[in-house]
Amino acid sequence: MLKKLILMLAVVLFATSAFAAKDKNSVQVKGSDTMVNLGQAWAEKYMEKNAGDFIAVTGGGSGTGLSSLISGTCDIAMSSRNIKEKEVTLAKQKGIDPNEIKVALDGLAVVVNPANPVSKLTLVQLADIFTGRVTNWKELGGKDEKIVVLSREVNSGTHVYFKEHVLRKNDPNSKEEFVSSALMLSSSQAIADEVAGNSSAIGYYGMGYISNKQKPVSIAKDEKSEYEAPSIENVINDKYPISRPLFLYTNGAPEGLVKKFVDFTLSKEGQDTVLAIDFVPINK
Amino acid sequence: MKKIKELLIEKLILICGLASIFFVLLIFLFLLKEGLAVFKTVSSFNFLFGKSWYPISEPPALGILPLIMGSLLVTLGAAIISIPIGVGCAIYIAEIAPLKIKEILKAGIELLAAIPSVVLGFIGMVTLVPLVKTVFHLPTGLTALSGAIMLAFMAMPTIVSIAEDALYSVPKTYKEGALALGATHWQAIWRVMLPAASSGIVAAVMLGIGRVIGETMAVMMITGNAAVMPNSILVPVRTLTATIAAEMGEAVVGAEHYFALFAVGIVLFVISFAINVTADLFLHKRQ
Repeated sequence: MLKKLILMLAVVLFATSAFAAKDKNSVQVKGSDTMVNLGQAWAEKYMEKNAGDFIAVTGGGSGTGLSSLISGTCDIAMSSRNIKEKEVTLAKQKGIDPNEIKVALDGLAVVVNPANPVSKLTLVQLADIFTGRVTNWKELGGKDEKIVVLSREVNSGTHVYFKEHVLRKNDPNSKEEFVSSALMLSSSQAIADEVAGNSSAIGYYGMGYISNKQKPVSIAKDEKSEYEAPSIENVINDKYPISRPLFLYTNGAPEGLVKKFVDFTLSKEGQDTVLAIDFVPINK
Repeated sequence: MKKIKELLIEKLILICGLASIFFVLLIFLFLLKEGLAVFKTVSSFNFLFGKSWYPISEPPALGILPLIMGSLLVTLGAAIISIPIGVGCAIYIAEIAPLKIKEILKAGIELLAAIPSVVLGFIGMVTLVPLVKTVFHLPTGLTALSGAIMLAFMAMPTIVSIAEDALYSVPKTYKEGALALGATHWQAIWRVMLPAASSGIVAAVMLGIGRVIGETMAVMMITGNAAVMPNSILVPVRTLTATIAAEMGEAVVGAEHYFALFAVGIVLFVISFAINVTADLFLHKRQ
């Protein structure tokens, strides 16, 4: 019995140490939940063509990906926001040099329940809703219902982008915050589900998550501009006001397998995948 | 030879015994080391009694009062639901149920304890949350009440099994004496058995509550996580545990946010430590 146990322990130890040894043929990609489907599609296509190379893609949020890159536990971080200055300083302290590569564009869709009569909003109205200045749909031409504001958790790049570009209107000195009664949900899918089932909810997420159970709202920069729907053409033509770049971050200029994978994402095939997952390619 | 073997085993067991204390101590020291650093940037008063939690803003607002209130509200709700049901169930199992039903009930309760909390959370999300929304005509069903109901299920196994033990260990002569003096079965339970087992039952309740306040996954899924001061049990709340779980991934190691989350961990540790000590005091009183 004891012998068996020791043998088992030895096997486990051996297996884990073999696992921990860094495999030259594998790349760890981690970060943005918005990009995780895209990352996985890239990895699949890439591995089809390059048998023997192994790309592992996991989500967790842009902040999670970047802090993994800084602590050296992943090779490529996916991020739906720019790296913060604080993170760069911290990375430099640890001998990591974050290198930014823009790989795609994403339109942020603002969605409501299909039963909600409100179908277009201006950026100012959006800011008013998400900061809690407007609390009833009645004030926006809807039913007399309390607005249920849905947001992503703070580890989400989408959360940060929406706060900086919609709530704070790109003003770095602005102190606007999400209303404290906003529900913080842990994934884009959770927001999609809550909006589908709640007639007074409003939420936001990457265009790729829109389905016929939610209604995307058309957005205008101000009252005089046209209201634009979140569609691929509108993002490419820069008509849709809330779109953002998506990034990969590597440590220094990419080399070896990391470079091979990054080059693949920027290739025609990689950019076709971007389009297939409902994001917007950068290389037109 | 035999003596050496005995001695060796004795020492080995001693090391095992000390190890558990040693690890707890290490964990506590680590918590303190990482958590206390936050008080360089925010005073302990503003941390504990500040009403806004915006950890990633510049400068961050690190007030955890809404989180403490959220945790306490969900726990209180769960206690109100689970204590009467749990103690009632324990009385039934210990005093009234025939042997066969007793066995089935005990197995069932153990099964309840075996359900992973993420599964309970998921079930709550698709069944309880819409129900709470329609029953109370709320804008959303992701509320403290939903969390409290789901957590009551988690506290129940602990409460039932320990309270049942306490009732069972009351000497049979107490009950027989009461019955011999002409008390009805209910009078014997209510006036004699329950007071005799009271310290054990209090301990059971405290341990159940300890389990609830540390629970993370289920509350994160069904309480809505809005860091707002709750004014009723029908609003969304954000608990201490859910905050740590949701934000730890984002926090850059060595930044204020990271230290603040460890400080939240200290607060949580202090609360559950206090609950466990209270439970322990009552358990020892019984013995």
